[in-house]
Amino acid sequence: MKRSTRKKLQEALVSSPSLLWLSLFFLFPTLLVFILALRPANPYGGIGQGWTLQNLRRLTDPSYLEVSWRTLEISLITTVICLLLAVPIGYYLARLSLRWRNLLLMLIIIPFWTNFLIRIFAWKVLLHPEGLIKHLLVFLGLAGPQTSLLYNAGAVVLVSVYTFLPFTILPIYAAADKFDFQLLEAARDLGARRFQAFYRIFLPGIRRGLLTALLFVFIPALGSYVIPDIVGGPGGELIGNKIAQRVFVDRNLPLASAISAVLILSVLAPLIAVLFLQPKGKRPEIL
Amino acid sequence: MSEFLEFHDVSKRFGTIQAVSGVTLEIRKGEVFSLLGPSGCGKTTMLRLAAGFEHPDTGRILLDGRDITDLPSNKRQVNTIFQSYALFPHMTVRENIAFGLRVAKRPKPEIDSEVDRMLHLIRMTDQAEKKPDLLSGGQKQRVAIARALINKPQVLLLDEPLAALDLKLRQRMLIELDMIHDEVGITFLYVTHDQGEAMSLSDRIAVMESGRIEQVGTPVEIYEAPRTSFVAAFIGDTNFLEGEVTGLEDGEYSRLEIAGVSGIVCFNDKSIRPGNPVFLSIRPEKVHISRDKPQEERLRNIMPAVVEDVIYLGSTTKYWVRAGEMRVQVLRQHSRFFLDEKPIRWNDPVWIWWHGDDGFMLERYREVDEDLLAVPPRKVGESDGGNGRG
Repeated sequence: MKRSTRKKLQEALVSSPSLLWLSLFFLFPTLLVFILALRPANPYGGIGQGWTLQNLRRLTDPSYLEVSWRTLEISLITTVICLLLAVPIGYYLARLSLRWRNLLLMLIIIPFWTNFLIRIFAWKVLLHPEGLIKHLLVFLGLAGPQTSLLYNAGAVVLVSVYTFLPFTILPIYAAADKFDFQLLEAARDLGARRFQAFYRIFLPGIRRGLLTALLFVFIPALGSYVIPDIVGGPGGELIGNKIAQRVFVDRNLPLASAISAVLILSVLAPLIAVLFLQPKGKRPEIL
Repeated sequence: MSEFLEFHDVSKRFGTIQAVSGVTLEIRKGEVFSLLGPSGCGKTTMLRLAAGFEHPDTGRILLDGRDITDLPSNKRQVNTIFQSYALFPHMTVRENIAFGLRVAKRPKPEIDSEVDRMLHLIRMTDQAEKKPDLLSGGQKQRVAIARALINKPQVLLLDEPLAALDLKLRQRMLIELDMIHDEVGITFLYVTHDQGEAMSLSDRIAVMESGRIEQVGTPVEIYEAPRTSFVAAFIGDTNFLEGEVTGLEDGEYSRLEIAGVSGIVCFNDKSIRPGNPVFLSIRPEKVHISRDKPQEERLRNIMPAVVEDVIYLGSTTKYWVRAGEMRVQVLRQHSRFFLDEKPIRWNDPVWIWWHGDDGFMLERYREVDEDLLAVPPRKVGESDGGNGRG
């Protein structure tokens, strides 16, 4: 056997467990979603015979376009707010002494020990019309007695930011921790103002962390379902809720699959485009 | 020449550590001035104070007559070359060099021509589009120099710029730095712990220790007339011989008695009176060694000695000899090598001598770091103490 062939065989053997894992729990389910999207539904909540484009056609319905647009908008706003908060937090965390740093990192991670659903229900209590925050805002004259803090797009953004912020802080902190802060001194020394040094040297220096953080918020936010379901109300409904409704209310799995397939493709398309349209060597290394 | 960069009674403390205490220093326009000292002596803090990365607790810093103490680093006309070079990793060589002009919002054609000029100066025109991590140590060093010089600083601050390079490259970069200084003619403030770098590059040197200046002077002054035992020990090798002044000679010279050897003549510029204890410092290379007795001369100290150890160092040989109870280190240059010359060996009786002008007297001896001194070797079974430096 040729040496190179043998080496390739070895590599295939070593990577086979992870390949199997990914195929079983990621690739096949995704393929299944794409296949189901092209099948008709039967009246009993099952899958009918043959192939159809009917599911995809139904997606051009204005109500879907509206929800898609709102989903994109809320996800983008959430991502931007998360990044705006996480960059300064990550910066200062990386500059703190080790003792304080560990303490604050602990504080960021502690909420994970409470169940995600319970934390979102806690927000429901906090934002309740008779809740503390509402009373405080009315007392300060910042909100009228009729204003609702719950069941709108604002509540979805607030709770999404709360949920996803740790996932943005951690990769940005990890990148900032590896950043050589002497570079900022060098930039200042060469005449850069504080802000110039920050955006010309620090931000490019942590770009990997920024990209990771962006993907960690934006993708889950696009598919988020529990948060809008609990605090969203009709004005805060997202595409995830639509998918859930098709599954649980209409029992129409093919239509739910069609929405999911479009969602997956619309997230993947820009990433794939970036990966393959850029000349080799200049491609960003993602994650 | 007038003072250009001035430190007036500057102090800086970090927590419990007094990094710089009450330093007053004047650096002249156009000179290469070195801050030399062991690590932790405060020399890097001095540089960071000049760059504006640190603010002094007390004292003022003046540049060209203007008080810059409270000026942030981006407003100061000084630029720094960092020990780690601190090149921006996401930018090419060209972008790195252009950085200073770009943040100053200078027109693009001007930036391009200035960068080209700098690339030419550091002979890296063909490497302009490379990222820093593809460059060798010496190339990174040159980019750092160009990046700092393009802003036309009044003072260039260099923080151990050659420490990360290997010996041969360091020697080459040293020559290159000297050439660049001649070409651009700006003031260099050079921080180093390497006396060789400081001696070969500097017009003047300040030796620092524990946040204070021990001595300021030209390399020759620092080496030939150190004012304190620390300077004498830190710059080059020396013998410290403890003794007593027994008499004066011609007003300018003293007679000393050292470890049982009397009548040693030494130049006395500090007018130390008879009866006072004193330390004679004599450089190993100023002491001559021979099998034959040399001619008696005025002011020449001649004494018989026994060789205790011989260390061959290639271009030189170091001998440890004992004269009476006095142990002296002698360095001999191999200017000629006669095959038929009988070499000086261990336990050989020899003569050593030095001129009275070559030694210098220190009134008090402050304990210096053990590793700054070459301690004479001990024979097996010999007890502690009784070595030459008293």
